[in-house]
Amino acid sequence: MPRSFVPTSSLSRRRFLASTGAVSLGATLAACSGGSGTSGSSSSAKPASQADIDKAMKTPTQLTFWTWVPDIEQEVALFEKKYPAIKVKVVNAGQGVAHYTKLRTALKAGTGAPDLAQIEYQAIPTFTITDSLLNLSPYGASALKERFVDWTWGQVSGPGGEVWAIPQDTGPMGMLYRKDIFDRHGIQVPQTWDEFAAAARKLHKAAPDVYLTNLAANEPAAWHGLLWQAGAKPYATSGKSTLSISVDDATSKKLASFWGGLAKEGVISTDPDFTDAWYAGFNKGKYATWLTAAWGPAFLSGSAKATSGNWRAAPLPQWDASKPSSGNWGGSTTAVLRSTKNPIAAARFAQFLNSDPASAKMFATKQFFFPATKALLADADFTGDAPAFYGGQKVNQIFADISGTVSPSFQWPPFLDQAATDWTETVGKSLAGRSDTVAALGTWQSRLTTYAKNQGFTVRGA
Amino acid sequence: MSATTATSRKARPPVRRGAAGPLFTAPFLLLFLLLYLAPLGYAAYLSLFQQRLIGGNVFVGLDNYVTALKDPLLLHGVGRVALFFVIQVPLMLLLALLFALALDSGLLRLARVIRLGIFVPYAVPSVVAALMWGYLYGPDFGPFAQASRKLDLPAPHFLSDGWMLGSLANIVTWEFVGYNMIILYAALRTIPNDLYEAAAMDGAGPWRIAWSVKLPALRPALLLTLLFSVIGSFQLFNEPSLLMKIAPDVISSSYTANLYAYSLAFTGNQLNYAATVSFLLGLVIVIASYAVLLTANLRRAT
Repeated sequence: MPRSFVPTSSLSRRRFLASTGAVSLGATLAACSGGSGTSGSSSSAKPASQADIDKAMKTPTQLTFWTWVPDIEQEVALFEKKYPAIKVKVVNAGQGVAHYTKLRTALKAGTGAPDLAQIEYQAIPTFTITDSLLNLSPYGASALKERFVDWTWGQVSGPGGEVWAIPQDTGPMGMLYRKDIFDRHGIQVPQTWDEFAAAARKLHKAAPDVYLTNLAANEPAAWHGLLWQAGAKPYATSGKSTLSISVDDATSKKLASFWGGLAKEGVISTDPDFTDAWYAGFNKGKYATWLTAAWGPAFLSGSAKATSGNWRAAPLPQWDASKPSSGNWGGSTTAVLRSTKNPIAAARFAQFLNSDPASAKMFATKQFFFPATKALLADADFTGDAPAFYGGQKVNQIFADISGTVSPSFQWPPFLDQAATDWTETVGKSLAGRSDTVAALGTWQSRLTTYAKNQGFTVRGA
Repeated sequence: MSATTATSRKARPPVRRGAAGPLFTAPFLLLFLLLYLAPLGYAAYLSLFQQRLIGGNVFVGLDNYVTALKDPLLLHGVGRVALFFVIQVPLMLLLALLFALALDSGLLRLARVIRLGIFVPYAVPSVVAALMWGYLYGPDFGPFAQASRKLDLPAPHFLSDGWMLGSLANIVTWEFVGYNMIILYAALRTIPNDLYEAAAMDGAGPWRIAWSVKLPALRPALLLTLLFSVIGSFQLFNEPSLLMKIAPDVISSSYTANLYAYSLAFTGNQLNYAATVSFLLGLVIVIASYAVLLTANLRRAT
């Protein structure tokens, strides 16, 4: 779910079903190379031969897999049934940041690290920068490219065709809204951000206790998703040690003056999300929309039961209505740690878990994950679901359509936790404090630049 | 070790007595070494390096310390907990003292129930306490806010910048008053009755007894609670780190020095600098503790 982005955020109890990774994505250096360099050149590492693979899959092996996905044993059982020689030990080492902290500690200690781990898209670069992930391309992973939604593949692959992880679930962003509140106040579903701003003013004027939306001041993940939608390229890596940071470029400023303006006017709220007050806000009708990801519908129907039947889903409002686009918030992958002693078995397990049709479907139906495979997004069983919470609307279909509009070229920095904390303490703080959000971008930019330089990166200016 | 053997050589009852001492203290010494001195030494060692994402691990000598001493985030964090200490601790100890004296006076009805009631918050894990108070403080749906809205008063901003330190102090006080009260109360129970009888014969009333007999007898216990409070205040961590989730714009990752060290290590991946900050924080605590002890001893001497 949403927030493993922020260090203090491993609120495990709230992440129940959608442990779907948080925030948006991960990274990868791929984007620089035009996003296309991923398929052809798996030449950097020598491919494992079919004979090696067959042999490894018949050798009794025990794999350890750290994941926070509830009941993932069901999917694992499918794999063990197909490859009886291989046993997978599932360990829940916490979620998000707690999980990564343990993982980093084990890697640093040189002992105790698992063979495989759940990694959110946005955390991939923080592990590739330390050379901790195994390139799965020599083990047949490159062949899976076409099965996954295009942008997810960009997130998991490297500039030289490396495949750092296999996508598991995703979170393309859309808008959930309260149809009853919209109807009562004569508000049309906003198609553009201009319409959205007008609706925010109108609604708050008519009903001072209600806000069109809540942009959480502690949710860098949502901000990154909105940046992504707007087409920003806040981070770009070239080579290993050169980094461009431009979190205060023109696109970011457009976003900051839009949201900062609405927050300053007081027509949107900025309550921290995934807190008791925030849940109560949904149940008591304080927020008329939730700008969220594809895991949001299932999450909300479990958290705001009192409002069942009143919600509907729609795409995000657009900056340019003629070119619909979206960003991603959340979702995660399965990665193999470079330290594994069983690279073949581990790599094949990661691939099976997420690309085998039965296993992938199980994630969508048992864990309510939003799929990363094209096949499931086109599967009528999945898209035809019409939950009563959304008045019988085919919510999955809406998000499946949105998924196709997510830009494939967004990248994450190799020190995401720091970027997230700094966002909360600059941009987030300005939203909550109704101060100058555009100026806060500058502070964020300079804090990140200082940090990156301290860490030895060559930083190219915005 | 050598000191022990030296004494046993001089001591008249031979050998065996000297062997028992080290034997009994060995488990403590072992754990002290393993769990306290070794990590301390390791932290000191780590603090002399700088590990970077690009460029690896470099020996930097005392550079980290120089940086830390000039680091405004650290200085503000330490300043904040110092302010917290100066205000919260006297209040808390005064309350604990009043409760202990009241219970000891024997004049309260239901003394046992009251004693338990005051102590119970200490049994609540601080994580739960912070979550509970976080809910109570809530500006929308918290009971205080709702009540003031019913009365048409402005809702109190417990989680705002100006109130936060006070709100934290309230949580910590609520948690630890009972604990300190028990220490003081136990100390009061050890005062021999003869003293009271003697004072009464000299014509002292209950207030006079409290002031001239009980308080002086409580001095060591008070000093103990004060020392614990010094350490606790400077290490303030749980409460702010939990309230951070509901007030992220007020509590930053460097709100207290301890929180700062934690964020450096686990957010910023700056383990070495975190070790430096922890080490310096430890030093501050040692100095503050000694200052407390010293002033107390000076007072006793005069």
